[in-house]
Amino acid sequence: MTHAPWRPMARLTARRALYAVPVLLVVTFGVFAVAAASPFDPVKAYAGTAALGADQETLDRLRDNLGVDRPFTARWWDWLTSALGGDLGQSAVMRQPVAEVIGERLLWSTLLCAVAFAAAVLLGTVLGVLAARRPGSLVDRAVTSAAYVLEAAPVFWIALLAVWLFALQLDVLPAGGLTDTGSDRVTFGGLIEHLVLPAGVLAVSQLPWFTLYVRQGVGDALAEDPVRGARARGLSERTVLLGHALRSGLLPVLTLIGSRVPELITGALLVETVFSWPGIASATVEAATAVDFPLLAALTTLATAAVLAGNLLADLLYGLIDPRVKLEEM
Amino acid sequence: MTTDADTADVRPAWRAHGTSRRSTHVLRLRACAALVTVTVLAVLLVPPLVQLDQQAVDLAAKLEPPSWAHPFGTDDVGRDLLLRCVYGLRVSLLVGVVAALTATVIGTAVGAAAGALGGWADRLVMRLVDTLSSVPHLLLGIFIVAMFRPGVWPVVISVALTHWLSTARIVRAEVLSLRSRPFIDAAVSGGASRWRVTVRHLLPGVLPQAGLAAVLMVPHAMWHESALSFLGLGLPTHTASLGTLIQGARGSLLAGQWWPTLFPGLFLIVPTLAVAGLAGAWRERINPRRRSELML
Repeated sequence: MTHAPWRPMARLTARRALYAVPVLLVVTFGVFAVAAASPFDPVKAYAGTAALGADQETLDRLRDNLGVDRPFTARWWDWLTSALGGDLGQSAVMRQPVAEVIGERLLWSTLLCAVAFAAAVLLGTVLGVLAARRPGSLVDRAVTSAAYVLEAAPVFWIALLAVWLFALQLDVLPAGGLTDTGSDRVTFGGLIEHLVLPAGVLAVSQLPWFTLYVRQGVGDALAEDPVRGARARGLSERTVLLGHALRSGLLPVLTLIGSRVPELITGALLVETVFSWPGIASATVEAATAVDFPLLAALTTLATAAVLAGNLLADLLYGLIDPRVKLEEM
Repeated sequence: MTTDADTADVRPAWRAHGTSRRSTHVLRLRACAALVTVTVLAVLLVPPLVQLDQQAVDLAAKLEPPSWAHPFGTDDVGRDLLLRCVYGLRVSLLVGVVAALTATVIGTAVGAAAGALGGWADRLVMRLVDTLSSVPHLLLGIFIVAMFRPGVWPVVISVALTHWLSTARIVRAEVLSLRSRPFIDAAVSGGASRWRVTVRHLLPGVLPQAGLAAVLMVPHAMWHESALSFLGLGLPTHTASLGTLIQGARGSLLAGQWWPTLFPGLFLIVPTLAVAGLAGAWRERINPRRRSELML
């Protein structure tokens, strides 16, 4: 490589950022349109149980204040313009501004997802290589079958069984939350202890896909001419496997990582709920249960943006790792 | 060319038992077919034939571990879990099939229209599909269900509305490849209208692919329903579905009883694997070069 591909990468990023604008516009518009079509009443959601005892005049005034009777396109536009200024509205269920909810919780979700994903990638590579070494062997069949079963198993079910096993039967790990009951100071040791189970379960839910792809990639690479050549030159099996097959077999898989963000978000939604992890995914579920529209709208938009960023990351990695790929063409 | 079929031929060294591969293959296929048949039969026949009340409460026998009288044990109010699981599978399967069919009809219509019309209509539709795919499916489902109050129909609609995208992509791609074949040119030069070409010549060609996608979508839709129900955003808790069963078992799980959680999950895993196995075999048959791929 003669020069660093910074310029095409920057250009691709800029192009994708431009592409993200209409996507986010359409998604937020859709969110407001669905809300407008639904029987959901923002006044009642805002007032909560107080709406039951309030007289009609108060409700009407509230309705007027919230601007519910205006067309949803106008409300969408207002939301959009104030969102650009950082004001995402007020969350009824959390009793704080939406932006604050996201700010407080984003870190925990990112931590959980990053740890889980790193664990899945590492373990998946090891298992995939082990399986690919001898196709059809006992190890291969065990790994492949386990991967298929895990892929079919719902992640919340795995999470519950993990709680039962590790927190109740073995009593080695806490069942959920971020801190021990009775204290709310987050210590490093306590954080690690509380992170192991949710991150482990999330990793296990991402593992099968990764393992099977590594197995396929490395298995294919093992059958290619460079590997045959390396074997013929008398290189050790270790060098052949790790230096040749793994390197070329892992490349296409690594680039797919970015495109797994939707599955990661789906897994986080369920895992965070089971383990009462104070991240944005569990906030989404709480917001949905309480029909907290401002929070739900903001989090849906945020998730969409995360998916788009993941796709961009996948393409950037692809261009960076595989010199044959021209980023200009993407 | 580095397909798996080649890989198999290159390395006979540690594949001495090459002849037994074919028979395990057939065995696996038959096992999958048997499992799917048993599932469907159980779901269709058990409720009308076995005159047992799944809601029968027996507080004296609550939370009994698996035994001969109750093979899966009983739940926290003494209902038989095997019966509850079968009823739950029935509801989940029904939701899954209806949602998958709806999604396939929408996806096929949109994909075929995009592929057959081409031009700016195609670009617009596919951009919309891309946009919708950027929202994680479960999140979109959660949003729809939250806005329309949990219930059977909101769940079906939310699953259908999130799952038609992949079918639309498959059908469009297939239509585009069929469009360049000579028999379409023949039909067009024979004076067939665009509608006739689409309905009589293009759609029959894409149906096998759409059908395969629909079958594969059923376990996926069931998973979706379970996840929504588990989050408390799906079916009402008194309706036994696999998701509500797992959700309802959370209390007894924390008290140490594992069976109300374990068995509904297995009822979800086994049909999923069986359907994936069948679909894999079918795909292998229509395209033998591409061997097993992640089919879930």
